Amino acid sequence: MLDPYKIREDFPILKRKINNNPLIYFDNAATSQKPRQVIEAIKNFYENHNANVHRAVHTLSQEATELYEEAHEEVAKFINARGMEETIFVRGTTEAINLVAYSWGCRNLTKEDEVIVSLMEHHSNLVPWEILSKLRGFDVVYVNVKKDGTLDYEDFENKISKNTKIVCISHVSNVSGVVNDVKKIAKVAHEHNALTLVDGAQSVPHLPVNVKDLEVDFLAFSGHKMLGPTGIGVLYGKREILETMEPFQGGGEMIRDVSFNSAEGHCSITWNVLPWKFEAGTPNVCGGVGLMEAIKYLRGIGMENVKAHEEMLTKYAMQKMAECRKVEIYGPKQASKKCGIIPFGVDGLSSHDVALFLDNYGIMVRSGFHCAQPLHELLKLKSSARVSFYIYNTREEIDRFVEVLKEIEQI
Amino acid sequence: MVALEDYVARIEETCGEEKDFIVILKYDKKEEAINKILKKAKVERSISAIIFELKFKDVSFRLYGTGKAIFRNLKDKSVLQSVLTDLLL
Repeated sequence: MLDPYKIREDFPILKRKINNNPLIYFDNAATSQKPRQVIEAIKNFYENHNANVHRAVHTLSQEATELYEEAHEEVAKFINARGMEETIFVRGTTEAINLVAYSWGCRNLTKEDEVIVSLMEHHSNLVPWEILSKLRGFDVVYVNVKKDGTLDYEDFENKISKNTKIVCISHVSNVSGVVNDVKKIAKVAHEHNALTLVDGAQSVPHLPVNVKDLEVDFLAFSGHKMLGPTGIGVLYGKREILETMEPFQGGGEMIRDVSFNSAEGHCSITWNVLPWKFEAGTPNVCGGVGLMEAIKYLRGIGMENVKAHEEMLTKYAMQKMAECRKVEIYGPKQASKKCGIIPFGVDGLSSHDVALFLDNYGIMVRSGFHCAQPLHELLKLKSSARVSFYIYNTREEIDRFVEVLKEIEQI
Repeated sequence: MVALEDYVARIEETCGEEKDFIVILKYDKKEEAINKILKKAKVERSISAIIFELKFKDVSFRLYGTGKAIFRNLKDKSVLQSVLTDLLL
């Protein structure tokens, strides 16, 4: 097991007081806090190694390039990809999904095709496909979610067909914390010659994720939810698929040659090798360096330990919250089906009231739809409050949270 | 000339079916703004003197000692701005 008290010493922000109370940060599904090691790595990069990467011969550029490439390798190792050619750096999960939608979807989806998504998706794994469907004429098919917030696998198997070209599904719901069996989904998708795109924004920071074992075709995740800085994220793609895809954006870095053919009056262009083919323009070099340090930090703890710690916290929190008379936990009641996220409501109060009340006591939780409005509609929720845990959270923080929840019940 | 912007840092329209408005008072003007609001609005309930349930011209809202207030069931932002103008100016 990991030691959250020791870990907390690495996170300067956790020493803060909010409204004269010690900060309790339970909004990790939105973004995580950053350890000193990541902050120092970013500072060190700008103080000692900052330069643009690739195609320069000077020392600083070479240092920056080495760091940036090392970051890709570190990410590849973390998710067990075959190498850095399968790890494209993007701004975050949203951009990663949009990359697949526009680069792969624009060229491979036509009128007769179907894209499967689920009703538990974050808007970022749903809106790009709806936008593209208007351009390309394909259907977006929605897989149902059961009343307890878990995915309806039977509905998925009924809806997948020979017309399905890609199945886009979250690994872990950002609202309910439900963990989907993406290995099973990928297997069924492949039996129908469809690809799988997994939104790993809520899984990669919290569970061991092995793309070879899961056999997914694409995996998207964000650095800032896993101790890294904002503005950096990753699209993993199987090399064979990425090689067949056209670039997402054009510009510097993503090309090998741009040569003007005077006879034809236009430029002939050849693309750079993977992953640079998909990284147009000056990349977020420092973000990559920060993400690498974050991954090293998580590897040092061990992802199995991260998972076990969050399971323990989730189980404990659900037990304690059950003591509250007016609190209802949404989604599955078994902690084993979840991953560090608990949505809830307090009878008679809006989720925003609950969040403001908790804020008064230095407890940070999120309220609203959490960018998953269809799921709230399906579960007939006006909105929800959400607590989400990470490596630095403790049982004592949960005790304090439940103590304040009991005060809220008095309103 | 005092303006609403002197007291209000931000107004957030919440996401969720409720469509509440959260008003965030400027930190350095927080105490002054809270006192003004408490003088004009009717205190229906006070919890530990840090959370106030208030009513002003048929509008119910909750004010927190942290300088945040939540307004419910308002037609739109212009109604909120009108209420805030009456409360703060």
